[in-house]
Amino acid sequence: MKHFFTLLSHEIRMLLVSPSTYVATMLFLLFMGFIFTGILENYSKTAQEVSPANVFFQFFWFPVLFMVPLLTMKCLAEERRLGTIETLLTTPVTTTEVVLGKYAAAYLLYVTLWAATGGFFYILYKFVGDAHFIDAGPLVGGYLFVAVSGLFFIALGVLASSLTRNQAVAAVLGFVLLVAVIGGTNYLANSAWLDRDALRPMKDTVEYVRILAHRDDFTRGVIDTRQLLFYLSGTVLALIFSILGVEAKLLHS
Amino acid sequence: MPDTPAIAVTHLVKSYAGVAAVSDISFTVARGEILGFLGPNGAGKSTTMRILTGYLPATSGNVNICGISVASHPDEVKRRIGYMPENNPLPEDMRVSEYLYFRGRLKEIQRRKLGPRIDEVLELCDLKRVRHKIIGKLSKGFRQRVGIAESILAEPPVIIMDEPTIGLDPHQILIVRDLIASLRGRMTVIISSHILPEIEMTCDRVLIINQGRVVAQGTPTDLRREILGHSTYQLELAGDLAALPPLLATVEPTLRLTAQSETDAAGFHSLTLTTERADELGEPLLRTLTAGGYRLRSLSRAHPTLEDVFLAATRRSWDVKSEDIRKS
Repeated sequence: MKHFFTLLSHEIRMLLVSPSTYVATMLFLLFMGFIFTGILENYSKTAQEVSPANVFFQFFWFPVLFMVPLLTMKCLAEERRLGTIETLLTTPVTTTEVVLGKYAAAYLLYVTLWAATGGFFYILYKFVGDAHFIDAGPLVGGYLFVAVSGLFFIALGVLASSLTRNQAVAAVLGFVLLVAVIGGTNYLANSAWLDRDALRPMKDTVEYVRILAHRDDFTRGVIDTRQLLFYLSGTVLALIFSILGVEAKLLHS
Repeated sequence: MPDTPAIAVTHLVKSYAGVAAVSDISFTVARGEILGFLGPNGAGKSTTMRILTGYLPATSGNVNICGISVASHPDEVKRRIGYMPENNPLPEDMRVSEYLYFRGRLKEIQRRKLGPRIDEVLELCDLKRVRHKIIGKLSKGFRQRVGIAESILAEPPVIIMDEPTIGLDPHQILIVRDLIASLRGRMTVIISSHILPEIEMTCDRVLIINQGRVVAQGTPTDLRREILGHSTYQLELAGDLAALPPLLATVEPTLRLTAQSETDAAGFHSLTLTTERADELGEPLLRTLTAGGYRLRSLSRAHPTLEDVFLAATRRSWDVKSEDIRKS
């Protein structure tokens, strides 16, 4: 792990000097801002039962589906397309360090983007001057959920990027993986055919991995170690497959 | 262990999906030697180089760099090599000095020594003017030199360069050649190239491979003698050509007339003579011909270029291969 920080600082530096980072950040914040103002407008019309933070994080999947593939599609596919992976791997650097460095940089950017949306709540708080709207519980829970689930989502994006040398393919693949993980589990959990008694264990499993349910738990302040374990193990698995993906491509290149 | 060879390759085989790219290559390179690696496209040059760097695993065989096996200690080997791949891939959006700094850190050069070392290689490769330029905006010649600077950055004992002079203008080729020559004795260098005079001028030894096999190796002079097996003289003379062959036989029995041109306006023919003798026959030839009443306008010994050797060697290996096919 000697080179991890060299690689990480290099990646962060590359992100900071790249205009696409700033464009992506701006678009993300613009979009989240629209959602946020939309929520506030609803609140101004009628009284709501839950806090704005709670509603805000219900929309987490939308930016995830689009931002994560955009952030991660480049990381390994680009290296392979340019051939710089060859110069990189002929230094005393291991594939693991390369993949982890790229992953960590993408994750940091993802978390930073989400952290920036904290500004919305701050503005709301300053504007309203009343802690009534700012419910600390769902807010902290929501951000914690984003941080923890981000580990897994970014790892999936890195995995997609490790499988191809074409960025567009990596982005589409990442998008499909995320839709399957977020939307697919939700769909399965809601489908009626799993309600039969014989399929009970399957139903339980699907319920356990349902990401939208995790979000509800986190914003309600319930932090279940089983859910943490789900994201952590998913992350580790996706990263191991990414490393294997890079190495397998070398073997058969 | 100064007596272990810098690179020792024994019975190296690499096959892709059943097709052998490299079949049973063996060679050694002594420390401080510069080896030129020649072969037509698809001969297995790049594959061999990638295996030497530990980037690709070999199917079978053994590669030792400075006495360390590439397969069992890839990390140790990677600390001892500088590698510049084919087409010299570089990140587009970094500055030259930033890139060298990053690579230096990856190659485990101490931070304290890295700054002066970067200045040194920038100076060596004549890159000082562009040190703050973005790599993606540099011309091909500069990019190529950035690649070379990067490969010698950590002062590794072994340097492997895949076509380092491709796309350079003659002036830049000269710089690169001097640069590689300046490494002689200190570092072991393997370069592959299509530009044969290039190889001839810089390399101590040449290895020609074709279709995954070594077809010839040795110094350029040895190769000439071994592969071509004869020397050629070119002369222009006037006189009776019919009486020439017996006269030639008195100089050297194997001397033959292989080509002759029409008589020109002044009555002279251009002739090509070949002989199996390797030493110089110019003087006896000149004496005999003038004594025999011929008028001689010019006499020169043709120096076969490495190109001729290369063509002859690769052709020979194709002939051998097609014979094998016919037999089986």
